[in-house]
Amino acid sequence: MNDNMTEQNAPKLDSVEDLLSYAFALEQEACDRYVELGELMAAHNNREVSELFKKMAKLEQHHADEIRELMEQKNVKESSSIQYQWSSPEGPETIDLGDLHYLMTPHQALNLALHNEERAFAFFDKIAKNTSDEETRSLAEKFAEEETEHVKWVMEWLTKQAAPEKGWDNDDDPPNLQD
Amino acid sequence: MSNITPTEVQMKPAEYKSGVTPIWCPGCGDYSVLLEITKALSAMALKPEDVAVVSGIGCSSRIPAYLKTYGFHGVHGRAIPLASGLKVARPDLTVICAGGDGDGFSIGGNHFLHACRRNLDITYIVMDNQVYGMTKGQASPTTEADWDSVLMPGGTGIRPFQPLVIALASGANFVARAFSGDVAGTTDTIIEAIRHPGFSFVQVLSPCVTFRPDQKLWRKQVRKAPVEYTTDPSTAARRIMTDDGFNLGILYRGDRPPYTLKTKNGGDKESTLGSEFQI
Repeated sequence: MNDNMTEQNAPKLDSVEDLLSYAFALEQEACDRYVELGELMAAHNNREVSELFKKMAKLEQHHADEIRELMEQKNVKESSSIQYQWSSPEGPETIDLGDLHYLMTPHQALNLALHNEERAFAFFDKIAKNTSDEETRSLAEKFAEEETEHVKWVMEWLTKQAAPEKGWDNDDDPPNLQD
Repeated sequence: MSNITPTEVQMKPAEYKSGVTPIWCPGCGDYSVLLEITKALSAMALKPEDVAVVSGIGCSSRIPAYLKTYGFHGVHGRAIPLASGLKVARPDLTVICAGGDGDGFSIGGNHFLHACRRNLDITYIVMDNQVYGMTKGQASPTTEADWDSVLMPGGTGIRPFQPLVIALASGANFVARAFSGDVAGTTDTIIEAIRHPGFSFVQVLSPCVTFRPDQKLWRKQVRKAPVEYTTDPSTAARRIMTDDGFNLGILYRGDRPPYTLKTKNGGDKESTLGSEFQI
């Protein structure tokens, strides 16, 4: 399990229908997680990071909606999330709940997002390289390219955010003070 | 497992959430356990109204509030009595009992033993972080003897409670260990625990990032158990007692029939219940 906690291998997919199904699950899971993280950070009064996660959620939802449209055109049904056995604990574009801190800065949040966008790119890129079906390859390459766009956006946002200063996690009134 | 009525249209995991925002610390393993429970309910196509989640007190015991199923946030250490009463009165419900290591093994320790012995068809999920998080970091029954902290300088010096061995020795019909960060594995384990008849006990290693930041290393320490589950309690006991606490998966499946209420001739349900549960 150790290595699988971060690595993501892509399944060999040889039909557009299977690819769409996986892609939708990946995007929807990422979107749901960003929504959850946005609420979580709002509950801990970290509004800046909360807004950032909500913005990422919108981005992922937009992508998921586009894929859903393609699925409808090709009459592909949405499958239960349990059927997607990612090789990492969750989907390749999903932020790990264990990577958070209530005082994290937008810079750190964007770095998490960047890591996941890069994983998503690698996922589609591997599918494109491994498939024996031309139509699947072409669509996987398109998805990989879109993830590259996301990577660029996140990197651009990152340049506008200051890196966290030393002691970013210092809290004069910490919730975990041992009396 | 109770008479499960699959939903006509399978609900998505997120649809099992109540909409109440959890207030656990960011990074807490309990978020993942909540996700894993919703994934399990979705995969089993259970209707929220056919499921009840019962808890005691503690960080993890907040979980019923975050679910759309029936829920009961009870008093400290009394989740199992509540769940037992509910299961006897409403055997048609899928009853999940949830909580932490302090609630389940210390304050509610005695109930834990007898629930294993009684073998009602309940799934008990303990989110074990080896600390009392809600009350700011005291040692719990499963804390290592040498865990050094402000409150326990040098550690407690007390041997930790071994929940899986105790569960097995007390008669639990299904014993498993999971890790909150292993979403797919824990979801599968919860599904199997609910499906297995009788008292199913699942210890979920769920890191407390606030008081036990060292537990972030669990991610690197856990591994799939090297062997499949056994149906032989003595083999299971030997395996559990000799592992390092990081083997994940189903460790034991028993075949004891679960407790069911046998109404005596002419007796009503209430009087039968009273005599059956007399200590």
